[in-house]
Amino acid sequence: MNCCCQNKKTETNQGTHTDIDLRLMDEVINHHRGEKGSLITVLQKVQDIYGYLPMPVLKEISLKMGLKPAQVYGTATFYTQFRLKPVGKYLILLCQGTACHVNGSERIETALAEELKIKPGETTDDGLFTLDSAACLGCCSLAPVMMINGQAYGPLNSEKATRIIRDIYAAEHLKAGEKI
Amino acid sequence: MKKIRVGLGSCGIAAGGLKVWEFLQAEQANLAPGVEIQKTGCIGMCHHEPLLDILEDDERVYTYGGVTPEKAQEIIDWHLSGQGSLEKYLVSSSQQPNDYIKPQLRIVLRNCGVIDPESLDDYRRQGGYKALAKALKSMSPDEVLAEIKISGLRGRGGAGFPTWFKWNSTRMEESQPKYVVCNADEGDPGAFMDRSVLESDPHSVLEGMIIAGYVIGAANGIIYCRAEYPLAIKNLQTAIAAARENALLGENIMDTGFSFDIRIKQGAGAFVCGEETALIASLEGERGMPRLKPPFPSQRGYWGQPTSINNVETFANVAWILEHGGSAFAAIGTEASKGTKVFALAGKIKKGGLVEVPMGMSLKEIIFTIGGGIKDDHEFKAVQMGGPSGGCIPGHLLDTPVDYQSITSTGAFMGSGGMIVLDETACMVDMARYFLDFTQKESCGKCVQCRIGSKRLLEILESICAGEGKAGDIELLEEMALQVQSASLCGLGQGAPNPILTTLRYFRDEYEAHINDKNCPAKHCKHLITYTIDAERCKGCGICVRKCPVNCITGAKKEVHHIDQEKCIKCGTCLDVCPGKFAAVLVN
Repeated sequence: MNCCCQNKKTETNQGTHTDIDLRLMDEVINHHRGEKGSLITVLQKVQDIYGYLPMPVLKEISLKMGLKPAQVYGTATFYTQFRLKPVGKYLILLCQGTACHVNGSERIETALAEELKIKPGETTDDGLFTLDSAACLGCCSLAPVMMINGQAYGPLNSEKATRIIRDIYAAEHLKAGEKI
Repeated sequence: MKKIRVGLGSCGIAAGGLKVWEFLQAEQANLAPGVEIQKTGCIGMCHHEPLLDILEDDERVYTYGGVTPEKAQEIIDWHLSGQGSLEKYLVSSSQQPNDYIKPQLRIVLRNCGVIDPESLDDYRRQGGYKALAKALKSMSPDEVLAEIKISGLRGRGGAGFPTWFKWNSTRMEESQPKYVVCNADEGDPGAFMDRSVLESDPHSVLEGMIIAGYVIGAANGIIYCRAEYPLAIKNLQTAIAAARENALLGENIMDTGFSFDIRIKQGAGAFVCGEETALIASLEGERGMPRLKPPFPSQRGYWGQPTSINNVETFANVAWILEHGGSAFAAIGTEASKGTKVFALAGKIKKGGLVEVPMGMSLKEIIFTIGGGIKDDHEFKAVQMGGPSGGCIPGHLLDTPVDYQSITSTGAFMGSGGMIVLDETACMVDMARYFLDFTQKESCGKCVQCRIGSKRLLEILESICAGEGKAGDIELLEEMALQVQSASLCGLGQGAPNPILTTLRYFRDEYEAHINDKNCPAKHCKHLITYTIDAERCKGCGICVRKCPVNCITGAKKEVHHIDQEKCIKCGTCLDVCPGKFAAVLVN
C-alpha cells in the first residue's frame, strides 16, 4: 500500500480515483469538525458513503479536519473495519472464530479460494465477490459459518459453501442475461 | 393463550427466526386472534434455534425448538385446541425445564429471552429500574458502594478485578468531569455473552452504568461497542432513547437532582481495544495502543480524567445486587469468586449456547450435563478457556471448579467466558498455531517482544504443523514465550504465549510426534495427512469425482476411484460428500 504522502502516484495507479466526488462527505466533515476524538466516527461514516476509503478521501479528511495525514492514514490502517480498496458486490466474510476453526473453517477457505480463484482478502476480476474473514461472527452454534452481505450461512462444509457461491453466481448471470 | 414469543437474537435470526416472525405478523388475525405476539432476545439454547414460546393463561411457558412457519402454525393450532403442549417439538417448559436450563442460575441473563428488548415497560414489569430508584432515593453513594463490596462482585471481562475497588478509586479522585465506560468490545473469538445481554436486555446494562455514575460522581457514560454487533447497537440506541424520554437518563433523573447520560461509541475492529487503556485511546479517535499503567484509568483515563471501565456482564449484575442485597449475591459461588458467570459453550459440543452457572460448578457438569457431552459421541480431549490469552484444559482436570483461582491454576484463564470444547480430531499444536496467528495479527505493534516475538512464535508453530519442525523447537518456544510474557505492556502480549504453554504442559507428546515422527496424531495438519479412497468401500458413485474442486479424482462409474496426490489440495470436499453408508474416503 502506498503511503498518502505519495498519493500523486496512487491516483495515477488507480484510475477510479478521478471519479470520486469529494463533496459527498461535506456534511459529515462539517458535523464533526472541531469535535475532539471524532476521527474514527468520521472514517466510519465516510466509508458508509463511498463503500471504502479511497486515498484522496483520506487526504481530504486530514486537510478539512486539521489532522496530520499520517494520523488519518495510521488510524484507517489500524482498524480492520476500514478498507482502502473497493469490495465486490458480494462480500464473503468467513468466520475465523475458535468454534468455526475446530469445525473445519480452514477447509472451507481452501475450497472457496479455489472456487473463486482468489486469495483471502482479494476480489474477483468481475467485481462480484470479495473473500474476506471476520475474527468471530458470534454464531458459534452454527459453526462453521460464513456471512454474505449480512446474511449468515451455516453449518457449512466445503461442498455446501461452494454450492452457495455457485448459486449466487448463476443468479447474477441469469439476471444479466435477462436484461440483454 | 396469552402470548407468543419469538427469539430474535443474532443467532435466532441467523437460524431463520425472522421467517417465523414475519409469518406470525402476517397471519396473526387468522392464527391466534387477540393473542399478543412478541419478539424477545436469546434464551441461550442456540442449538435449538429458531425458538418459539407459548405463554398460556395460567402463566405456564412452553418452549419449542427448530421452528419453521409451518411448525409454528401446527404448534399454535395444537395449543388453541386445548390439547396442552405439542411434545414432538417441545424442548423445555416452565414446569419441566430441560437439562440445559435446569442447572443454571440466571442473574445476568434474568431477562434474556423473556422480555422484549425494545420495550422499557417490559423491563420495568420484571422489576427494572427499581434498584436505580432505591439507590438514588434512599441510599448514599457510599452505601451503594458498600453493598457492591459486600457482594464480592469481580470484573467479568477477564481479569477479575474487584468492582467496588475500581469504583472507589475513581470516586476518590477529585478532578471533574469523570466518566463511566462500558467495555462492550467483546473480541475473543468464540465468545458472545456480552452481545447476547446487549441484544436481549440492554436496560440492565444502562441501569448498572447509571448506578456506577451515581457512586463515582460522574455525569457521562460511554458504551464502547463493536461495530460487528449491529443488533446490539440498535437495541441499545432504542433503550437509551426510551430511558431519556422517561427521565431515567439525562438531567434530574427521577426528580432526584442526579444527572447522567450515556452515548454509544462504535469500535472499528481491533482486538487490542478490549484492553482498557487501548480502549481509551480508541475512544479518543486514535489508534488503539495501550498506555503505561500507572496512572490507572481510574486516575487518568478518557481525556486524562478519572474513568471507571467495566464490562457489560459486570454492569448487568449491579441492579440485581442492589435489589436483593450484596449478601444474597455473596451467598452464591465460592469463597473468593462470588455470584454467577455466563459462558458461551461452543465447539464440538452437542448443545451449544449461552449458560449462566454459579461460580464453583465443575467443568464436567457444564460440558456434560448442561452441554450434553461431545458432538457425534466423539471423545473429549480438552476445553479451551480464556480466548487467545487462555489455555486448553485436558480431560483429567474436568473436575476443576469454575472460579478465578482454580482456572488460573490450570494455566488457562477465566477470561470473558468463551468455552470451546475440543474432541480427539483437534490437533493441539494447530490450536496453539491458530491462537498465535490471531494474536500476532492483532498485536498493535507497540512492544517489540509482542510484535516480533509473537510472529517468531507463530513461524515456529507453522513449521511444526507443516512437518518441518526440528529438535530444539520446543525449548525455543518455551524460552521465547517467557520473554514475550514478561516484556509486553498489556494483556494481549502477556497472554499471547499461554496457548503454547498450556498445550506444551498437557499435550507435549503431540508436539514431539509432529517434530520427531512427522505425524499429526489428530489427523488434522494438512501437510502431514493424505486423503485416499478405500478400494473395498468405494462403490464408484462418482460424487467425489464431480465435486472435487481441482478435478484430482479419477475413476469411471461403478469403478473404484483414485485421488491424485500431486494435484490434491487437501480441501476435504471428498470426505464431506462421500455418502455416509460408504465412508470410503480415508484420512491418514
